[in-house]
Amino acid sequence: MAKKKAEGYLSGKESRRISRANRKITNELEKKRKRKKVPESEYLTTMHDPANAVEFDNLHTYFFTDAGTVKSVDGVSFEVPVGKTVGVVGESGCGKSVTSLSLMQLLQRPQGQVVEGEIRLNLGDKAYDVAKMPYEAVQHLRGNFVSMIFQEPMTSLNPVFRIGAQLNEVIELHDGEGKSKEDVKKRTIELLEMVGIANSEGVYEMFPHELSGGMRQRVCIAMALACNPKVIIADEPTTALDVTIQAQVLDLLRNLKDKINSSIMFITHDLGVIAEMADYVVVMYAGRIVEKGTAEDIFYHPAHPYTIGLMASKPVVGRQVDKLYSIPGKVPNPINMPDYCYFKDRCEMCVEKCSGEYPDEISISPTHKVSCYRYYDGQMPEDVGPAVAVEAEKEPVKAAAEAGQGPAEAAVKAGQKPKKSAAKAGQRTAKAAKGGKAQ
Amino acid sequence: MSKQAVSDTKTANGQTPVAYDPQYILMVKDLKKHFPIKGGMMSQTVGWVKAVDGVTFNLKRGTTMGLVGESGCGKTTTGRTILRLSGEKTGGAVLFNGQEVYDLSAKEMRALRPKMQIIFQDPFSSLSPRLPVGEIIGEAVREHKLVPKEKFNDYIDEVMDNCGLQPFHKDRYPHEFSGGQRQRICIARALALNPEFVVCDEPVSALDVSIQAQIINLLKDLQEKYSLTYLFISHDLSVVEHISDTVGVMYLGNLVEYGAKTDIFRNPLHPYTKALFSAIPIPDPQAKMNRIVLEGSIPSPANPPSGCKFHTRCAHCMQRCKEEAPVQREVEPGHYVVCHLYDQ
Repeated sequence: MAKKKAEGYLSGKESRRISRANRKITNELEKKRKRKKVPESEYLTTMHDPANAVEFDNLHTYFFTDAGTVKSVDGVSFEVPVGKTVGVVGESGCGKSVTSLSLMQLLQRPQGQVVEGEIRLNLGDKAYDVAKMPYEAVQHLRGNFVSMIFQEPMTSLNPVFRIGAQLNEVIELHDGEGKSKEDVKKRTIELLEMVGIANSEGVYEMFPHELSGGMRQRVCIAMALACNPKVIIADEPTTALDVTIQAQVLDLLRNLKDKINSSIMFITHDLGVIAEMADYVVVMYAGRIVEKGTAEDIFYHPAHPYTIGLMASKPVVGRQVDKLYSIPGKVPNPINMPDYCYFKDRCEMCVEKCSGEYPDEISISPTHKVSCYRYYDGQMPEDVGPAVAVEAEKEPVKAAAEAGQGPAEAAVKAGQKPKKSAAKAGQRTAKAAKGGKAQ
Repeated sequence: MSKQAVSDTKTANGQTPVAYDPQYILMVKDLKKHFPIKGGMMSQTVGWVKAVDGVTFNLKRGTTMGLVGESGCGKTTTGRTILRLSGEKTGGAVLFNGQEVYDLSAKEMRALRPKMQIIFQDPFSSLSPRLPVGEIIGEAVREHKLVPKEKFNDYIDEVMDNCGLQPFHKDRYPHEFSGGQRQRICIARALALNPEFVVCDEPVSALDVSIQAQIINLLKDLQEKYSLTYLFISHDLSVVEHISDTVGVMYLGNLVEYGAKTDIFRNPLHPYTKALFSAIPIPDPQAKMNRIVLEGSIPSPANPPSGCKFHTRCAHCMQRCKEEAPVQREVEPGHYVVCHLYDQ
């Protein structure tokens, strides 16, 4: 037993104490949320940039469990511009799904709570702060302004209702005013045709088990698009599907997005899918954003050691390596996060400063931000040369000039992106760091 | 080994025996496995699901064969049928070291089991939650009396160490481990028996990218160390390309293309293989892909299309494809394809 106590063992007494303390906090938050007839002014806000559909600003979502507080999302800020796709990448448990669930207000209650920060949602003529909205009001946003495609098409449809009935329900609930039953059915059939289901009248009468995985996911997509939402959250929509079906679904999503001009927040752990779909990429690790930028930034100049490691550890068709790079160690315990950089214990490119407090975000180009001490003054690694050279005037970085040397420089001058695969860059960095600054 | 006497093995349904070639650890000839569909009041058999319907390949010693295809195409059933884990086969031959697996008696089969092992897909459901890890790994070792009693503990420690587990993990239960660690336990369980041949049934599909890399590296290291032969079943083509020497592509119970990895990936011949490979997402935002998007979905294996099973979705479908099933032919040395397009 002594062995068990040594690592995170909780006695019953202790667990009850935590549970009591949690209840106090969550009850208070729940009470606030459950209020009825809250004046709109309380959650009315303005977008920092009207070109954004959603702005996450310093979002903190915690889960108050009996074993302690899990900081699932711990200070996440990023934007989803109108009409663009933002990809969120990370391993399981890094908080990517929780971020999206916070926007939908679909967190597991009462344990899961948004405790700090703002989620500003652009409704066109006004903007709401979803993080402060009571449950009653959020119901009007779901479906109409934000909707979600879930990971498992097998489990997210109700097995005892026909496809038609399930789709009708969405329309009736969110967009049903003044519509007769026939109108609703017509719209449902139209939606089924829009997502490429040929036999739409037949599928209308079917049960979910009669459809294949790809077809079910199409139904889920139709459901999400039923009321022309401004923002679509796609939470690993293709993870459960085969590559050929995945290609069909991705094609479909891309075309539909253009058709109804909405934004997509695309959550996945597959870097290939992200590269294909996303305009902007956000890389999350242990509840925080470690790197964000345009897809080109992330794939051609990955800066954070975690991103680099992630890219090098994924085998790519057509690239032969003898041995895959694997990130050593494992994700820290979410209940007792260290107070230094969360990635430090697994990082092979540590610098002295890493034992200090969690690094702030630093811009290495106008679009590219990273949370890593390696990019703080003077310690500019060579491989980010091109990105740094572009940014040289704006950033007070002394080493920028020398970092800009090398074959990549010419390409930058010519205004082109150097055509090198991200993985190569990753390996080079790993080598450079080992040879140079690794300690 | 007297068992290696050439081709005196008559298969159950009197097919032509397969000539045994000692360089191959496993020879699979026209393997079939059909499952009955029960229906009606008396539970009669109303039809057959042709899960595996004619798979032919040879596997060289110490190499890895990747088996890819969409879900439901019979990859897993092929793996299990080879190991005689899903009842009797419906037809064909499986020669393991020249010995027809399905001709063995229960006792002989038991003696053969340690030589062929399997690693299952889901590390969360394939480990008994009620046994400590040391017991999970050691149970079969003790059962097959592979090591003397006094060396048993040391042996288990050694196996665990090889698979990246700490010996003090022995007394813990599976729920105390993460996904990657559990998959290591599954690997240790398979390797504790000193197998020659391991079927890896989607061993990394349930894992995160960074853990995937660890497990793949581990499998490769162990292969080098113990000169293992793998049949690596996966739907992730990039993983298969990384680990395999030869690759087989399955569609609806058939092996449509089979050959060396470089042949298959650089020069895919079968229209299905081409479509499958063009669907792989490449982590490069500027990559332009000429994607061949397949219409529709995979037909039901209970009622497969006539002729070539792929003809309903094939872009090069001819009249002949609808009527006549193509046969496997060697287009280049060691590169087999089942398609009428390459008949000349």
